[in-house]
Order: sequence, then structure tokens, then C-alpha cells
Amino acid sequence: MGTKIALTGNHCASRAAALCRPDVIAAYPITPQSSVVESLADFVYGGKLDARMVQVDCEHSAMSVVQGAAAAGGRVFTATSAQGLALMYEPYFRMSTLRMPMVMAIATREMTSPESIWSGQQDVMSVHDAGWIQVFCESNQEILDMIIQGYRIAENPDVQLPVNICYDGFYSSHLVEGVDVPTQEEVDAFLPAYSLPAKLDPDHPQALDPMTPGALMMHYRRSHLEAMQTALNVLEDVDQEFAKAFGRSYGGAIDTYRLDDAEIALVTIGSMTGTARDAVDIAREKGIRAGLLKLRFFRPFPAAKVARALAGKKAFSVVDRSVCFGWNAGPMYVETCAALKDVDERFSHFATIGGLGGADISLDHLLTTLDLLNSSRNEPGKKPVNWLMVD
Amino acid sequence: MTKVTSLRGLRIMKEIRLHGRGGHGLVKASHIAVRTAVEEGAYGQFIPFFGVERKGSPVFGFLRLSDEPIRRKMQVYEPDILLIFDDTLVTLPATYAGLKEGGTVIINSTRSLDELAVPSQAATVALVDATSICLDAFGRNIPNTAMLGAFCKVTGLLDKDRLFDNIATAFGDANRVAAQNAYDRVVCVKG
Repeated sequence: MGTKIALTGNHCASRAAALCRPDVIAAYPITPQSSVVESLADFVYGGKLDARMVQVDCEHSAMSVVQGAAAAGGRVFTATSAQGLALMYEPYFRMSTLRMPMVMAIATREMTSPESIWSGQQDVMSVHDAGWIQVFCESNQEILDMIIQGYRIAENPDVQLPVNICYDGFYSSHLVEGVDVPTQEEVDAFLPAYSLPAKLDPDHPQALDPMTPGALMMHYRRSHLEAMQTALNVLEDVDQEFAKAFGRSYGGAIDTYRLDDAEIALVTIGSMTGTARDAVDIAREKGIRAGLLKLRFFRPFPAAKVARALAGKKAFSVVDRSVCFGWNAGPMYVETCAALKDVDERFSHFATIGGLGGADISLDHLLTTLDLLNSSRNEPGKKPVNWLMVD
Repeated sequence: MTKVTSLRGLRIMKEIRLHGRGGHGLVKASHIAVRTAVEEGAYGQFIPFFGVERKGSPVFGFLRLSDEPIRRKMQVYEPDILLIFDDTLVTLPATYAGLKEGGTVIINSTRSLDELAVPSQAATVALVDATSICLDAFGRNIPNTAMLGAFCKVTGLLDKDRLFDNIATAFGDANRVAAQNAYDRVVCVKG
């Protein structure tokens, strides 16, 4: 059995990464992720973790270093946020399209401008189609557990894709709460050692990533998309196996709360979900039939599960912590609508946007959103954007 | 730990807002409070509010303690308890904002109650000279562990022995002395 201790979200990420026995870690500090890198450096240089820690000059180098190490067969880890993620975009895209499994933690942060170091999911949402699997965490326990699950999903031979474990900057990265930390033996039993099947090896020279004509590229992309769809099943299996090993389960691609008999639904992601659970309970006490759909994986998008979960509801709103500039909405809202047939005829629905640049998403915000949903639930169609402004 | 029922009808936690200045050790004190609650088998959560980081600027943080799992991850707008590390902060509108009816206010101060502009809904007001206590104990104006000692005495929300052990583990015995002195010397001036 592991022990329950108080940890920040960032330290959950670094503890979990260390428990997964990475061969190589390369990272560059950036707020709000920095303490992930700092504590991993402490583990390595304090003799607690047998891994190679590479100090790099920037995030582009960090991803390039772990990419090389992964190509040579290593299990690798890094972490970043916001401008760091933007700077590593070129090797980031290459990592997924080389089909190399790894786990990268992202303490999500607003993208500038205006200048900000605070929370927001615009960084990850702006790279949601770079071929990575992306999961968002609600609690510190979920951060820790999903890093461990992440390697199992990434390294599945039918998936072979890198995974982002995303959690809200400050609201999770710097939040302290009690967490069960499993033992090394427990994690070893769940996560066997891994090495890429076709790896760079000086004794058996081979080329990696030669110029590839369109005829082959078509095969690559089709295979990548199919692997993403396969991942939708694999992540459910991994969650169930994790539950058997550790006694904790997260429901796979989505989680729901009091949704079965609900008339109206909030769709949430990340740390705001905990606040939304309280809001749903309070609304229920007032006689409002409210429920919650927590989107866990944004890539691959669990369209069928989302459609099934919302079927029969009268109204929903999707609360995004980032924006989709082309749709006057947030990206989760756009994709949730895309997953639903005849959305305007079947549902009253609207986009909710909040929590940008560190702004709080409060209980009052979500109660007001539920009231809006409840009062419009019998009038199908798209309603105006609900902005969760802060004084 | 006492179970409380919120004004919203849910059985929820005690919500505590801490106000201090950069360099007061507010974040580290809150980590110790959460650790103590977790070790007791209770639940604790702390979210720091980060402004522009510099020594001396006003900082605050949001601490929750409960015997039920804490789900909400948001700022504290209607605190049950205010823990104020520096009495010059009481003139800022944000400091007393939203204090619950019947709430508790603990201030590091040598001033009298009528100089501190405590809002009338505070049922309990406690004062402690945490600055002198920490200066005497270890020669630096870092009042966080003294404030934890006062918090422990006034609220009874944390196990004293475990809290003081955690303080000593984190910061050494001089800080345990500071916490103990604040525990002994904190004075309830209202309630």
C-alpha cells in the first residue's frame, strides 16, 4: 500500500513520472510548471531516481532531446506550459507523427497577449490537432494516476502515441491536497519496462524519418487516425486495469455526475469540475434536475460517448477555459456540438467561457449557468455565449 | 474536526482566507496546515493566489479544512475564518471582504480592537503579536508559524501536537517555540 500525503499538482506529476522509471528527462522551467522540473532534478541529483537529466536551453531542445532518447528506445518524460509548448511545437508535432510513445505533463496556462503567466487552457487547446493524446485532470490524485496510466496507453502496441497529461496552472499545479502515492513495486507491477520495437541502434544502423512521398504519407496519416480511435478503447481498458491494481477509476474518456436523470447538463474539463459537482448538488437541492459531464480526453475526442451521455437531455452548456477564435465559442463547445446530431432541434445549448488568464470559475458562476440552462430548457436552439466575467 | 453546514445547505468545509505580504511564509504555513489535516485522516486544500511576486507586496491564499472530501477548486469569497499576518492590510478592501456572519478573525497585531476596523459580522476576533514572537524566537519577521499556533488555539481545527511536530520538521525547533508562544499568548478580544 502507498501512503497518503499532501502534495501540489506539480509534485504529483514529478512523483508519478519518477515512479514510471524514465530513462531520460529533459525539460526547461516555465511558470507554472517549473516545480515539476525542479523536483525531478532533485530526485535525479539526490540519487533517488536512476535517470539521465538533461539540462537544455529551451523547450524546443527539451522535446528534441527526449525525441532522440525515445528513438533509441528510452522511456522519456518532460513537462511544459504555454509559451514553452509553443516554442516546442515543431518537435512536438514530429513526436506524435513519428509515433513515439512518451508522457508530457502540461500545467496549462493562458497564451499571450496580453501578457499573462496565469491559468487557462489556450496553450493545449491551440495544439489539439498535433497528433497527441490529451487528457485533462480534475484532482491532484488524477494527475498522479494519469501519468502512470499515460505510459500504459502510449506504449500500447496498437496505439504508439505520445500523451499529454494536462492540469490547470495554479488551480491544480500549485494546489495542495492529500494524495495516495503508490509504492514503486505497485507501479512496477502495473507498468512493465518498455522499449520501442524499432529503435535506433549503432550496431544495427537504420534511417529514421526519411523523405516520405504522398503515397506513403497517406498510409501514415490513416494509421495515426486509426490508432487514435483504437486509443479510445485502450484508455478504457487501462482505466479498468488501473482500478484493479490501485482501487481508483476515472470512467475512461468521460466521467458523469448525477447525469442519468438530469434534464440539464454542464460539460466541464479539468479543475472546474470539482466546483461544478458542488453546483450540481446545490441545484438539485433547489429541485433543478442538473447533471455533469466531465470531458477527460479531448484527443481523441470521445464523440460517441458524449452523444450517448447527452441523449435525452433538454439543455447543455460547455464551459471552456479557452477560446476558439473562429467560432465565438470555446473549442470543447464546438466539438461537443459536432458530436451531436440535430443539435439545434434537440437541445437548448450555449457556450460558456471563463477562467481565462487566471480568472476564477466560481460556484456562483456555475450556479448562474445552471439557472440559465434551466430557464431555457424548453426552448431548443443555440443561445448567446455566457461569459463568466470577474469583478 | 467539527462538521459544519453552509448557508447553501451543503455539509461543507471551513473556508479560510489568509492575507499577508511576500516573505511572510503564508504559502508554507498553509502547506503545513493541509499536511496536518491529511495526516489526521481529514481533508485539506490550499490554493495560493499569485500576483506579481515580490517581497512585501500583499499576498493571499485560500485554505479549506473539512472532514469530507473537498471538491471545489476556486477562490474563497465568503470565509469562515480570516488569518491576517500584518495589521496594515486591514485597510485594503479585499481583506475583510465577504466574511461570513459569525466568522472568526485572527490578526497579527499589537493594536486595540477599535483600531482594526473589523466588520461587525465577526463573532470572534483574536489578536496575537506574532511579529515580536518570531523575532524573539529566531530573529526574523516571518510570522507564519506563530500564526499557525494562534490559528490552532482559536479554531481547534488542527491537532496541536501533530501541527507543532510538522512545524518543527519543516522549520526547526525555534519555529515550534514561536508557535507555542503564539498559542499561549493569543487573546480573544471579541467572542
